Amino acid sequence: MSDAPKTAAAPSRAAMKKELPEHFKAYKHVWVMVELERGHVHPVSWELMGEARKLADKLGVDVGAVVIGAPDAGAREAAAESFAYGADVVYLVENPILAEYRNESYTRTLTELVNTYKPEILLLGATNLGRDLAGSVATTLLTGLTADCTELAVDADKSLAATRPTFGGSLLCTIYTLNFRPQMATVRPRVMRMPERHEGRIGRVVEHAVALEEESIVTKVLKFLPDRSSQTSNLAYADVVVAGGLGLQNGENLQLVRALANVLGGEWGCSRPCVQKGWAPAERQIGQTGKTIRPKLYIAAGISGAIQHRVGVEGADLIVAINTDRNAPILDIAHFAVATDAIRFLPALTEAFRARISPHANDRLAG
Amino acid sequence: MHFVVCIKQVPDSAQIRVHPVTNTIMRQGVPTIINPYDLFSLETALRLRDEMGGEVTVLTMGPPSAEDALRKALTYGADRAVLLTDRFFAGSDTLATSYALAQAIRKIGDAWGAPDIVFAGKQTIDGDTAQVGPGIARRLELNQLTYISRVTKVDAEARTVELERRAEGGTQVLSSSLPCLVTMLEGSAEIRRGSMAGALRAARAEITTWSAADAGITDLLKCGLRGSPTVVKRVFAPAPRAEKAKQIEVKAKSRETADDLIEALFEAKPAMQADLEQLAAGL
Repeated sequence: MSDAPKTAAAPSRAAMKKELPEHFKAYKHVWVMVELERGHVHPVSWELMGEARKLADKLGVDVGAVVIGAPDAGAREAAAESFAYGADVVYLVENPILAEYRNESYTRTLTELVNTYKPEILLLGATNLGRDLAGSVATTLLTGLTADCTELAVDADKSLAATRPTFGGSLLCTIYTLNFRPQMATVRPRVMRMPERHEGRIGRVVEHAVALEEESIVTKVLKFLPDRSSQTSNLAYADVVVAGGLGLQNGENLQLVRALANVLGGEWGCSRPCVQKGWAPAERQIGQTGKTIRPKLYIAAGISGAIQHRVGVEGADLIVAINTDRNAPILDIAHFAVATDAIRFLPALTEAFRARISPHANDRLAG
Repeated sequence: MHFVVCIKQVPDSAQIRVHPVTNTIMRQGVPTIINPYDLFSLETALRLRDEMGGEVTVLTMGPPSAEDALRKALTYGADRAVLLTDRFFAGSDTLATSYALAQAIRKIGDAWGAPDIVFAGKQTIDGDTAQVGPGIARRLELNQLTYISRVTKVDAEARTVELERRAEGGTQVLSSSLPCLVTMLEGSAEIRRGSMAGALRAARAEITTWSAADAGITDLLKCGLRGSPTVVKRVFAPAPRAEKAKQIEVKAKSRETADDLIEALFEAKPAMQADLEQLAAGL
C-alpha cells in the first residue's frame, strides 16, 4: 500500500537517504524471474529481459535469468531463449517438486538464489504467478517491492527508479528502495516492448540445487484444468484491438465491435464500465485494472477515455477514437478521431475494411 | 471456525480528482467504500461461517474514519470488527502494512481464538499492489493461497482445505491445510445485500479500536515510514501528448467517412495495409 502519495512526508524522507549498509554492497546484477509454466514461458519474461538489459548496461553489470522447473520440462529451452533475449547468466534450478507453481516451493527456491548470488535488482511479471511470488519473496527478504511499474530507470547514484501509476492512473509516482537489496519490481504484460531476439546468443549457466522435499510442502496440486480455448482471449497480445464503451448504449451493440475485430483478424475488448454493467466478461476489460494492450492498431468506439483506460492503451502504435464528443479525453492520446455516432459508423467501417482487405486475403488463400 | 477478513477503506476511484497545481489527491468530498476486491473475500468468509459455524472478525488499518468500512462489513454480517489506528502507521508501504496487520491478527488470535483462515482482498483499487495478502501470509507463516476462484471444501476436523486457483492458462485444483491465507478472485461470489436488521446491529455495535501498543506492536521501527523500505520520491501527473488527434471529416455517408479514415491510416503507417491483410487471412 505504497499507494497513498506521501507528498507531505516524501521530501523529508528522501532527504534522509543513508549510505547503503555494508552487507548490501556485494549485491550486483539485474535479474529477471522467467515464468515457465507447463513448458511455456510467459512473454512478459522476455519483455522484462529487454528492460533488464538496458538497466544492466547502464550499471555495467550482467543480466541474470532465473529459470525454475522440473527436469526435462522446458527449463533448458527457456535458458537458451533467455540468452537470445539478452541474459548473460542463467540460474537454473531443476527439481521435480518445481513442476507446478506453488508459492512455498518457489518462494524457498527464489529466496535461496537471491541470498546466494545477491542481485541488486529483481524483476518479475505482474501476473498471478509473479505477484504471488514477488509479495512473499520481498517479505521474506524484508526488502522493497514496487508493483506494476510502467517505467524503470537507473538514476545518477545507480538506484532503481521505478515509476508506477497510482490512483487508477491519475498520478504517477517514482519509488525507490534505497537502503535494501534487492530492489524488486513487477511489470504487467505488454507494458514494456518485446526486445529483439538474437538467435545463437549464448551465456553462462549456473546450475543450483535446492534441498526440497515433497513432504515439507503443504500445498499440493491435485489437478490442472486447462482453459477451453474459447474462454481465453489473446487480447493483451493482439495486433489489432477494437473496443467499445458506454457510447454503444447497450451490451448488444458490442456485437458491432466484435464484427469489426473479426474482419480485421483482431481481438475485441471494452472499457471498465461495460464490465461493471455486465455487458462483457472481466477478461475483456482494457485499462489499468484490466488488460494492457500494445497493438499496431487500436480502435476505441464510444469510449470517452478515462485515465484508467488510457494508461492501458497508450502503447498502441495507432489509435483511432470514434466519439461524438470532440473533447473526450481519449482524443488526448488518439492519432485519428471521427466525431460521429459509433453505433452508426462501426458497420460502415467494417464494410469498408472488408472491401479493402478481404480481396487480397482471398487471393493469398487461393494461392 | 474463526475467519479473519482484512479489508481496506478506499476512495471511490471513479470520483478521484487531482489538484492541478499541487498534484495531490483531492480527497475532500470523495466518498469512501470498502475496497471492492475485499468484498469477495468477506462474502466467502461469511458463507463458510454460515455453513460451518464460527465467527468472522473484520480487521482494517487506517485513520479513525475507516470505522465506516468496518460498520459496513458488520452490516453484511461480520461478527466483530477491529480498527487498527495509530499515527505511527502513517506512510506505511506494503511491507510495514503487512507487519502491523500480522501483529494485529496475532492479537486477535489471543483474544478470540487463532484464526483458521485469514482472508484478504486480491488487491486494492487505489494501490493495486496485491502485496499485502502475501506479506501477511509470510509473516504469520500461513499457507498462501491467492487468486482463489472457489473454496470447494474446508474440513475442520482434518484441518484441510481444497480450492481452485486461477493460473496462467487454466485452473489449479489445490489441497492445503489450515491455517491459511486466502485472497479471492473478483466475481467468485455474489455479494449479499446487508439487511435492515444488520444495519441496525452494525450501527449499535462496538468497534474494537487498537493503537499500535494495544495490538502488541512494540517495535515501531517496523511501522509507518520508518518501517517502509520503499520511498516515494516524486509524484507527478502524466504528461499530456503534444499533438492532438487528427479529425477525419464526417461526410453524409458513413461509408465515405470510413474510406477516408482507412486512407488516412494507411498513409500514416504504410505497412499497415499488408499487416491487416495478413491478419485478416489468419496468417
